[in-house]
Amino acid sequence: MKEIQGTGIGQGVAVGPVVRMADRLPEPVDRPSHLDAEREEERARASLAVVADDLQRRGARAGGAAKDVLEAQAMMAEDPTLVEDIAKRLAQGKTAERAVFEAFASFREMLSAMGGYLGERAADLDDVSQRVVAHLLKLPAPGVPDPGHPFVLVARDLAPADTATLDLDRVLGLVTIDGGPTSHTAILAREKSIVAVVGAAGAAELADGDSVIVDAERDLVVADPTIVQVGEARERIAERTRAATAPVTPGRLADGTPVPLLANLGSAAAAAEAIALGAEGVGLFRTEFLFLDADRAPGITEQQAQYEKLLAAFPGRKVVVRVLDAGADKPLSFLNDAAEENPALGLRGIRALRRTEAILREQLTALAAADAVTNADLQVMAPMIATVEETRYFTALANELGVKTAGVMIEVPSAALLAERVLGACDFASIGTNDLTQYTMAADRLLGTVANLQDPWHPAVLQLIAEVGRAGRATGKPVGICGEAAADPLLAVVLVGLGATSLSMSPSALADVRASLARYGPDDAHAIARAALAAEGAAEAKQAARAVAESAITARPPAP
Amino acid sequence: MERTVRIGSTHGLHARPAKLFTQAVVASGSGVTIAKGDGAPVNAASILAVIAQGIDHGDEVTLVVDGGDEAAVLDELVELLGTDHDG
Repeated sequence: MKEIQGTGIGQGVAVGPVVRMADRLPEPVDRPSHLDAEREEERARASLAVVADDLQRRGARAGGAAKDVLEAQAMMAEDPTLVEDIAKRLAQGKTAERAVFEAFASFREMLSAMGGYLGERAADLDDVSQRVVAHLLKLPAPGVPDPGHPFVLVARDLAPADTATLDLDRVLGLVTIDGGPTSHTAILAREKSIVAVVGAAGAAELADGDSVIVDAERDLVVADPTIVQVGEARERIAERTRAATAPVTPGRLADGTPVPLLANLGSAAAAAEAIALGAEGVGLFRTEFLFLDADRAPGITEQQAQYEKLLAAFPGRKVVVRVLDAGADKPLSFLNDAAEENPALGLRGIRALRRTEAILREQLTALAAADAVTNADLQVMAPMIATVEETRYFTALANELGVKTAGVMIEVPSAALLAERVLGACDFASIGTNDLTQYTMAADRLLGTVANLQDPWHPAVLQLIAEVGRAGRATGKPVGICGEAAADPLLAVVLVGLGATSLSMSPSALADVRASLARYGPDDAHAIARAALAAEGAAEAKQAARAVAESAITARPPAP
Repeated sequence: MERTVRIGSTHGLHARPAKLFTQAVVASGSGVTIAKGDGAPVNAASILAVIAQGIDHGDEVTLVVDGGDEAAVLDELVELLGTDHDG
């Protein structure tokens, strides 16, 4: 038995054999072939045929949308234009590996230069290219393996496309060696309720077929577990299945204190699923999807239609919409196309909107118009607020354009430190824990090498949240949480203890957080939060919180 | 034998519609080329060549069929291109 530390995503447990994901292949060396061109062409054609056949079979098995993608990939592998191109390169004396690589790369370049829809096909081509080159080299195909039985996937890190298309009937759990709790892999894993432990450096030593327990709740991967450990893990898996099928109730603490549980949504289409999972409203509606594919901002009517669709799904419920948050990792040409050395510290969020106020005005106008014809409780907030002056600017503009409730996101430490003054100038605050952590710890959330600092459990981050909670109580204004931190069931209790009045998360996390809140009363939550605040670092804070939480439960007489 | 047709698929001749079209061309056994507007004709059996044309909804394309039952193949392909497969 050996324990490997990592960061658990959610509360899940999985038991199964390891299958390792092959690393990306290096570029084949450009050296003259020692075979003649015809012989090399035979090799290339044979591998192309094998890969096409394999993709075709996977497509037939997957069905649905995946079938079309895989069948199209199979056709790319045997495409006559591509084969011609390969033959031309072989005639120059290249190896089959190199010719295949170059031919795919040239098509890839052409497609990605065309952008948009076609650009997406470029990634599909890459995947086919890797598969063919791997077959030529007699190496395992890259990408998620398919051993034909359920398994625990161990990878250095996973491409978002791989995570999004994981076959959940086969993949029992996911362990990544790199990557932190706010990496895209982690966010997608949470969204799809995949049992995952990320950033488990020690997992590099795991080999195919090793038996492991993936314990997300305890941030552990247990290699070569004992029979007792496996039995205990299986019991917890069964218990979670029972909890997931329990009736959906509003979020509340053990004494009945309500803590509304809201959904983070990225499109109106996801509303139905969120409601089915018990979302009591929307705590963060991201509007970037309306803008990201466009090289210009969408018009007011176009936006209004989308907002109406969203608001209509939540009659009588709170729906918090965040105005366009562009910059840093999601640049938009019409908003800010200047290259910045530190985009996370640059012209983004409210700063960019203010520079291009017409876009902000149109968005607020569209939101107010949608609000007027629907019955949801619309609230609108601005991202990346750093000062009281920015808060005043945003609320005044929002009110002027007909938005009744205007608030701010607290993501920048300066806004957290002056939370009482910020809250004095708006109607509510919502803490974005991902960015607040990034800015507090000075650790780029997209950078794996500093992922260990990207932990919302850090007492420095918690202290800023506590300051905002205190300001909320003093001003009588709501303070929500809408970062990934709210999706961590124990951290959710800490956040409530620090003064959060509502929690918003990926809908898939609602069940675990609901069950966790119901275990503790307000006094427990305060005590757990105090223990975390007093700790020295993130890991210690989590440990301290867990210890107090466990003793709170054992001290209490069982519920009647 | 050749004919000009307007593309019916909402997203043009990308992804799924391109796949369906190319599959039909290969299955027909005939030699088929496709040209967008006044552009140069490309091999319609090549999904990469077809996708790379960047053919959008409402674009006019010219099909040339050579060999086999040319009229029947042309009818089938024209119908395929006029239908909205993304609907």
